[in-house]
Amino acid sequence: MTEPTITPEIVRKHGLTDEEYRQIQQILGREPNITELGIFSVMWSEHCSYKNTRKLLKSFPTRSERVLVAAGEENAGILDIGDGVAIAFKIESHNHPSAVEPFQGAATGVGGILRDIFTMGARPICAMNSLRFGSLDSAEVRRLFRGVVSGIAHYGNCFGVPTIAGEVCFDRSYEGNPLVNAFALGALYTDQIARGAARGVGNPVFYVGPATGRDGLAGAAFASQDLTEESAEQQRGAVQVGDPFMEKLVMEACLELLATGAVAGIQDMGAAGLTCSTCETASRAGTGIEIELDLVPQRAPGMSSYEIMLSESQERMLIIVHKGREEEVRKVFEKWDLPWSRVGEVTDTGQMVVRHHGEIVADISACRLADEAPLYDRESREPEYLTKTRSLSVDQIPDLKPDEIGGALEACLAWPTIASKNWVYRQYDHMVRNGSVVLPGSDAAVIRIKQDSMPVLPNGEVRDFPEKFVAMTVDGNGIYTYLDPYEGGKIAVAEAVRNIAASGATAIGVTDNLNFGNPHNPELFFQLEQAIAGMSEACRHFGIPVTGGNVSLYNQSPNGAIDPTPVVGAVGIFESRDHIVTQWLKKEGNVLILVEPSEWDADPWFGLGGAAFTLMRHRIKAGRPSPCNLDRESLVHRAVRQWIADGLVQASHDCSDGGLLVAVAEMAVSGMVARNHPQLLGVSLDLNSAGATSGLRTDSLLFGELQSRIIIEVAPDAVEQLTDGIPAGVVSRRIGVVGGGRLDLSIDTSHVASWDLNSLHHRWWNAIAEKMDA
Amino acid sequence: MKARIIITPKKAVFDPQGKTVQNTLEHFGHQGISAVHVGKFLEVEISGEEDIEAVRARMDEACRRFLTNPVIEDYTLDIIPS
Amino acid sequence: MKFVVLQFPGSNCDQDCFHVIRNVLGCSVSYVWHKDTSLGETDAVIVPGGFSYGDYLRSGAIAKCSPVMSAVHDFASQGGLVLGICNGFQILTETGLLPGALVRNRDLQFVCEHVYLRVEQESSAFTGASRTGDLIRCPIAHMDGCYYIDSDGLRELRANNQVLWTYTDRDGAATPASNPNGSIHNIAGVCNRAGNVAGLMPHPERAAEDILGEESGLAVFKSMLAFHQSGKAFNAASSAS
Repeated sequence: MTEPTITPEIVRKHGLTDEEYRQIQQILGREPNITELGIFSVMWSEHCSYKNTRKLLKSFPTRSERVLVAAGEENAGILDIGDGVAIAFKIESHNHPSAVEPFQGAATGVGGILRDIFTMGARPICAMNSLRFGSLDSAEVRRLFRGVVSGIAHYGNCFGVPTIAGEVCFDRSYEGNPLVNAFALGALYTDQIARGAARGVGNPVFYVGPATGRDGLAGAAFASQDLTEESAEQQRGAVQVGDPFMEKLVMEACLELLATGAVAGIQDMGAAGLTCSTCETASRAGTGIEIELDLVPQRAPGMSSYEIMLSESQERMLIIVHKGREEEVRKVFEKWDLPWSRVGEVTDTGQMVVRHHGEIVADISACRLADEAPLYDRESREPEYLTKTRSLSVDQIPDLKPDEIGGALEACLAWPTIASKNWVYRQYDHMVRNGSVVLPGSDAAVIRIKQDSMPVLPNGEVRDFPEKFVAMTVDGNGIYTYLDPYEGGKIAVAEAVRNIAASGATAIGVTDNLNFGNPHNPELFFQLEQAIAGMSEACRHFGIPVTGGNVSLYNQSPNGAIDPTPVVGAVGIFESRDHIVTQWLKKEGNVLILVEPSEWDADPWFGLGGAAFTLMRHRIKAGRPSPCNLDRESLVHRAVRQWIADGLVQASHDCSDGGLLVAVAEMAVSGMVARNHPQLLGVSLDLNSAGATSGLRTDSLLFGELQSRIIIEVAPDAVEQLTDGIPAGVVSRRIGVVGGGRLDLSIDTSHVASWDLNSLHHRWWNAIAEKMDA
Repeated sequence: MKARIIITPKKAVFDPQGKTVQNTLEHFGHQGISAVHVGKFLEVEISGEEDIEAVRARMDEACRRFLTNPVIEDYTLDIIPS
Repeated sequence: MKFVVLQFPGSNCDQDCFHVIRNVLGCSVSYVWHKDTSLGETDAVIVPGGFSYGDYLRSGAIAKCSPVMSAVHDFASQGGLVLGICNGFQILTETGLLPGALVRNRDLQFVCEHVYLRVEQESSAFTGASRTGDLIRCPIAHMDGCYYIDSDGLRELRANNQVLWTYTDRDGAATPASNPNGSIHNIAGVCNRAGNVAGLMPHPERAAEDILGEESGLAVFKSMLAFHQSGKAFNAASSAS
């Protein structure tokens, strides 16, 4: 076979600049061949190298006393949660593959993140996802939405991991470029952490999993380009096909194998497959690695070295075994009927050497390939559109009239971004593994970690530990970030942490997925830079590390860039299972209390800037999101957590999309998903103009999205205890009484609206199904 | 040699996939469709020299015992000589 | 009482059943690997949910050819108690140990939610801890859970009291709206003619603990325990399907 000559055209097709090509020549001391060029192009893509964002990401705090494996060290970060138990978690995007083939794109996204978790030696015990689509009025969007949800369901359900929470937002900016961010969390004992390092010169390197085909050729490079109609059409063949059953076998085998102690290093073959796993493991260990491609199981005849090295066939792992212990490894693979092959060994040369048909087809310094990707400072410029969105005044949009309130709430609850997501999570097995304590539909999901959540221990050892309860949520608001990138980033973190606090837990770490546009566009780079700065400030303020994550750039369709969307997956722990609180109302006669800061920063839009209501009713993205004061935010979290610990709080819900009235309505209608007592309980809501709401417009009072607010339900006799012990900087306002079959609203004691709960529930519960059946 | 097996749901068994496809076809203006049945197609590649009738008998056995569920599925079997 | 839980490579409710039997029911339990040809000493077999061998071709189709299923067949024909849950139910119908078949859900989607089950008769080995008409609230999680049987078969099921659980609404009425998957006559679970083999699509093992908000599913396991403790036994001759 003749090798193609490297022309400037071929270099450009690999997404490499002239300068990057010169750097490759300098590293090699010669011209690269086509296989080497392919290897560099995937390793130096944004997906693998973070070349456009690494400098910005450095601002994230990554350490705390709980951090056992920090961001960037390995496939996923690991936190200590006490009693010898740790958790590994991470979020990752599969946006572009899902745009091209929604079912397989989303399915393999789930497969990839699960592999990242068990590669660390942890057993995956739950998953979440954050999704964005265009408007459901479009048939094409409905096709994508349907495909993505069933792809996630297919993979997670078959693998056997509960998909326990998530968020889905619909906005035209995502039309043609949906976002599919998949999160997974696993549990392990603190002495079970596995490393992706090719340690021990002379150790054999094993390939495990299905044979390599031409799937997803250069998927990582593909994920780092703008999505045009042409590329979607041309690259349809580039999407990988997932096999969750195979992945379950691989996972069980890997965990058993790790328990034997025969494994020196382990790494999954995700983006850039064999290339990335070999050079990264060698680079981490400071060793070299040599592999023979003739030994790699191949599905298609006549594959070139270029194709084998860049293939993204799924469910494959690279395992480095202590020399002399190959027999133990073989036994485990055979127990699980897994295809495997010994493909090479660890060397002391520092080089990644690849042989094929008796010839060396690549010979590259592993650490320079893995770690010396170019880093860029991109040009940043405040976007022009901000002048326009900020020039508008809230006075230019008409307030709600009293007789419009009834319809406005109904419309909000049926608005797909706010409506119940049961059409989605019904398709996910969210209860397998018997650990789902709080199911989808509350502020944060809660998972129980018990003995069978853990990976196997050597020689059948059994270790006792008290059951652990972990809260998790995933949040992000693209409109806020579009209107104010810094504040949007900050709020993404604050809201996730608020959800954790409202459910009774303390946040201990976050993983982030940054979904942005083309970084070469200074205005889009500005969004990225500012959002990261905002997120970073919030993480530092709350004292929680970012333990890892993912950057997805070039999210744009022919219509332009998506709204910049930082997504934050936050994880928290409970001191006691008694502290677990859900959002739905519990008991007739109880009192609703709004907990909020006693002081507010100026907000000329009174909570309507970027609010769901403003977009829904007036079809505009204007103003700025209501500012989030982190000091006051923390005070509110602390107060609510304390009251929960004191046993005073029976239900708790944060105010987010749709503001105060939507939050109260959600507390009333979501009771039908309660596992023990499904019921609908009404509320008499009496809002008075005090504190933040003094003199507010009606729309702002009801639907404004002021930050840092949590609504709690308490017994009548607990109100006094609560107000007596209230910390400085926080106020608690009595806003209603639980009971009846209606939601009644009074403002300043005059009755303004009343809704039948069954009909509100119906609109909220069925809105998405009705759109999908249309 | 190849064995081609077409598996269809028994007529008495409700076939929601077939019904959905039928509805969609009608939605796109295709008229006169009385029913759609969604089934499976298997192609089994057989190497080695063997009598065609022996292969047919073997594949028929496989269809009845394993490849189909006689409670809910019918099948047709074709042997294509190479 | 001693249980075994089968483990196919794609089983994913095996640990849940194991956990409930050992830690909630307080019985002895062990796993049996799909390649094993013997069940060892046991009083009951649980065929758990999951995707056995990936559920390619048909749910449960490949599992029925596994070595361990021959052992289960022998165990059942000697009167041993066998319970199949979800994929386990699919496997038991595929092997012919239970009548009928499970086909794609009416709405063509995987469905995971809580349902109500009405106990149809209290005299079986799997429902003895309940009273006829009792409601169990537990989750379902399946893609192919629509129970089908031809009209002769259905008549026979009814005549022999083989329908054990029916999908109903919260008031115990078997309505079309309370049928989550299109099952014929809202049937959620059945037993064989002898009564020693049963299967159901819902997951009673996921509704057996206070922390998970629902304990009524435990009745299925308690019934098996009570039956065993009562010293009753199935006649080997009548137990083959």
